[in-house]
Amino acid sequence: MNNKYLQEDLLRMSGVNPKKCMRCGKCSATCPAYDEMEYHPHQFVSMVENGDIEPLINSDSLYKCLTCFACVDRCPRGVEPAKLVEAVRLAAVRRQGANHLKADMVPDMLDDETPQQLIVSAFRKYSK
Amino acid sequence: MKVAYFPGCTLKNKAKQLDDYAKKAAEALGVTLEEIEEWQCCGGVFTTACDEVATKLSSVRDLVAAKNKEQPLVTVCSACHNVIKQTNHAMQTNKEFADKVNRYMGEEPYSGETQVYHYLELLRDVVGFDAVKEKVVNKLSGKKIAAYYGCLLLRPNGVMKMDDPENPTIMEDFIRAIGADAVVYANRNECCGGYIAMESPDLAKKKSNAVIENAKAAGAEMIITACPLCKYNLIKNGADIPVVYFTELLAEALGVKEDTNE
Ligand code: SF4
Ligand code: SF4
Ligand code: SF4
Ligand code: SF4
Repeated sequence: MNNKYLQEDLLRMSGVNPKKCMRCGKCSATCPAYDEMEYHPHQFVSMVENGDIEPLINSDSLYKCLTCFACVDRCPRGVEPAKLVEAVRLAAVRRQGANHLKADMVPDMLDDETPQQLIVSAFRKYSK
Repeated sequence: MKVAYFPGCTLKNKAKQLDDYAKKAAEALGVTLEEIEEWQCCGGVFTTACDEVATKLSSVRDLVAAKNKEQPLVTVCSACHNVIKQTNHAMQTNKEFADKVNRYMGEEPYSGETQVYHYLELLRDVVGFDAVKEKVVNKLSGKKIAAYYGCLLLRPNGVMKMDDPENPTIMEDFIRAIGADAVVYANRNECCGGYIAMESPDLAKKKSNAVIENAKAAGAEMIITACPLCKYNLIKNGADIPVVYFTELLAEALGVKEDTNE
């Protein structure tokens, strides 16, 4: 499987060792974006471990994660699933032309009170 | 004393009050916030991937500027603080990453020597809440205030090391120091939705409403925050009690709010 290289890349970028996971599901239970996600934090861990990466790369779940670090702090095994979600999201948006948020989409998303922070944060997470 | 200060882009635009009040209040407490020169936006969120280097350089430059001034670096916005502390931690702990950064910067190597404080930590650890209390001229007695931590102030705890991430007290101690009553509620450290407000406003609404309802049910008459995005999300999503920056209340309590130009 040519997934091997991608899998190694994700593990190296994130520093996550999925073998530490004991499948307790606490990360997903605490995730504020749970209802909106097709794949949940614990599934990112097990699917990357199994090399089942393509469905994650193509899933909208990547853009539902809030980077709130709740799963990082509350995982009893120190797996830090958010770092894996981030690595998969980067693998997705780093592809040519795959930016999830494009500058010409932004004006319609703003109102008079939008803080600058919101725009820069969204760009950092969704685009390269 | 003088400390290096990183205001961040939002504090120069939509969150001007957060900045003005922070400087005035610090001055009243004997601390001068010296803005570092030519700072750049930190990017608002830290990228945890260790092979992301370029996006972290602006934060490293700020940290190096503070080191050169031989001062600790103080930030007020929760998000800036999170990015800068996580970047500093990466410079301290990830040799390979630090090496790449240092080769790019081409200056004297930096390895995370700068002490980074959130403004609240400055109040607690440097000024001291007791000293704050002594300087209060307008006690906000009887006012029931809920602290909203959100996520970025406390997490990831291994790096932020600010407070107990599940049972924090720093903002409640701040509220008590300025003479008000602190309302403790479950959702104070749950996310408001953050940047998801950009493309999934419904999700931000759901998360923000949960915070507002929970705070009100606990008796809150006001919510304080350190994060412009928290404030935006809570207000936009129907907060019917005031949501204000903690620095505004501090300036009011210290009697310097009026000197602040809005
Ligand atoms: S909380 Fe940690 S150990 Fe439990 S399922 Fe999630 S990643 Fe695995
Ligand atoms: S960091 Fe992302 S995946 Fe983890 S709990 Fe928060 S929203 Fe869910
Ligand atoms: S988090 Fe905030 S205000 Fe702070 S510099 Fe960065 S984006 Fe701008
Ligand atoms: S709660 Fe929301 S806006 Fe606030 S710190 Fe977290 S993401 Fe930022």
